[in-house]
Amino acid sequence: MQHVSSLREPLVTGGKTLHDVTQDICYQVEAKPNLRWMAALSVALFFLGVFFYSVYRTVWYGIGEWGLNKTVNWAWDITNFVWWVGIGHAGTLISAVLLLFRQKWRSSINRAAEAMTIFAVICAAMFPVLHMGRPWLAFYVFPFQNTLGSLWANFNSPLLWDVFAISTYFTVSLVFWYIGLIPDFASIRDRAKGPIAKFSYSMLSFGWKGSAKAWSRYETVSLILAGVSTPLVLSVHTIVSMDFATSVVPGWHTTIFPPYFVAGAIFSGFAMVLTLMLITRVVFRLEDYITLEHIALMNKIMMVTGSIVGVAYITEFFIAWYSQVEFEQYAFINRATGPYWWAYASMMTCNVITPQLVWFRRVRYSIPLTFILSIIVNIGMWFERFVIIVTSLHRDYLPSSWAMFSPSIIDIGLYVGTLGLFFTLFLLFAKFFPVINMAEVKTILKYTGDNGPTYNPKAHAAHAHHPATHGAPASAPVTYNQHD
Amino acid sequence: MTKQYALGIFEDEDVLLHAVENVRAAGVKIYDVFSPYPVHGIDDALGIERSRLPIAAFFFGLTGLSFALWMQIYMLGFDWPMIIGGKPHIGLPAFVPVAFELTVFFTCHGMALTFFTITGLYPRFKVPVMDVRATDDKFVMAIELDETGSQFSRMTQLLRDNGASEVNQKEMTQN
Repeated sequence: MQHVSSLREPLVTGGKTLHDVTQDICYQVEAKPNLRWMAALSVALFFLGVFFYSVYRTVWYGIGEWGLNKTVNWAWDITNFVWWVGIGHAGTLISAVLLLFRQKWRSSINRAAEAMTIFAVICAAMFPVLHMGRPWLAFYVFPFQNTLGSLWANFNSPLLWDVFAISTYFTVSLVFWYIGLIPDFASIRDRAKGPIAKFSYSMLSFGWKGSAKAWSRYETVSLILAGVSTPLVLSVHTIVSMDFATSVVPGWHTTIFPPYFVAGAIFSGFAMVLTLMLITRVVFRLEDYITLEHIALMNKIMMVTGSIVGVAYITEFFIAWYSQVEFEQYAFINRATGPYWWAYASMMTCNVITPQLVWFRRVRYSIPLTFILSIIVNIGMWFERFVIIVTSLHRDYLPSSWAMFSPSIIDIGLYVGTLGLFFTLFLLFAKFFPVINMAEVKTILKYTGDNGPTYNPKAHAAHAHHPATHGAPASAPVTYNQHD
Repeated sequence: MTKQYALGIFEDEDVLLHAVENVRAAGVKIYDVFSPYPVHGIDDALGIERSRLPIAAFFFGLTGLSFALWMQIYMLGFDWPMIIGGKPHIGLPAFVPVAFELTVFFTCHGMALTFFTITGLYPRFKVPVMDVRATDDKFVMAIELDETGSQFSRMTQLLRDNGASEVNQKEMTQN
């Protein structure tokens, strides 16, 4: 049995019973889509159309449709790739790392955050594949004997490590997410009325019945998957950073990249989780599950990782000076004061200065401010990747090759297009899948819900005003302490 | 073949845990317990042995690691050796990332497939359940009866005495 301090804010408010949880979450799945959802989906589908058009132009006419030139031969594509992969990392952090640390508050947000991970990785994967120019030959990245002989892939290349890292990350996240979904699909299946719903959720639930042995194995599997996902998530962005760090381009060739990229990834990921959660909780009326406390906790993680990123920026500058390498020093001076100074300034402002506002309790608990902040961080982290990639490439060793980069309309189309792809997938997920892990929220309900034994008197007084939700408390009061 | 079950419906996990202990102490075999979420301590109460999945996970991981090392060493060291950046053909440090990723890949998917197989989880058209409320808010203890169901009244009494809010008889077709 668990003990929860009575000083701790309840994780689920509103005096919810077990049945209320099922009702509140399944309601979204069972109800007809509402207008706000339809409106949001149409906007997302429009941008998905933009994505398909940009893909068509890229594939049909070739990479020349992008703004790349022979000096800046990596720009928006890799910026977007790293940005999307980074966003994905918060989902795994919430589902795996916070599980190992027994952070119960993750229960309300892990499902949507993991979905975000999967969709973000799908968006990320588009860019390297399209950059190949001939995406139908994408399978050549795997160790595949080519048709002319037995020439294999080069295992010394970080780009190949990336192939393995991203594929492993995507499939592992998908499996982890799906195993968590199975018991919830069973809940929906057992409530389903229509034949189509009954059939679909029977298929999706894999015949789950909630038997004791199955639950026992389920928990073992979750724990081990969390155990392997934790080093996995760190390895993925480490390897992404090695795409740059193992090269000899000034501004890229630094050993600080792996931890710096991992911190940045979690930073941007939490910003995206906040953006999505703040919208989801309002649209689906989940204020009792995703409380201000959750928002404040996520804000704190965002601030910590943001500060790590800030320290990394300053360290890079220090090391450039300390190394006494002329090219390295120029790369950093050029970043801050060269023609792309505005990108650097945006990055510094958005990533280092604004997150510090979270030190104020009022900011941490404010929904509008958190929302604005999360958008700013997302913009800032996009600029970070742009700064690292483009400013390092556009002026390296040979001044005669110096050039500038400007994106083409197709570059922009692909970027906003993947946003469309992402939101289309997320909206479909939010409508047809349970957005909150019901089984896990039910686990914590008795001990950290505000009708549990350690309720907080303030919240209890408030909930006494809702006789409707008070009908049959899930927990029989007499037995609370027998097992303690 | 159909079988008869007595289903004790419980409202609370702690009541259920005590009931499981008492029912077993009374010498009655529990067929299974269905709950909407994992009830901690129920494994011990039901006498479920600790899962050996972690051991399986270790061996899946080991398989992945060995496969990855074999693959890289065989492909770059023996099958088609290439000089890349003047480095040795078998440069083990460069093989670490792929070896790590494949270890995780094999562990995860091996575990998931084992879990699905031993628990009997696979997509199916129709799922026979004892009580649909077991995935919502009720804890269901199922006790197998004989073919005539004659022990039902005794089981009802036992389950009621241990805090079941209702007891139902259910006939299930075993597949």
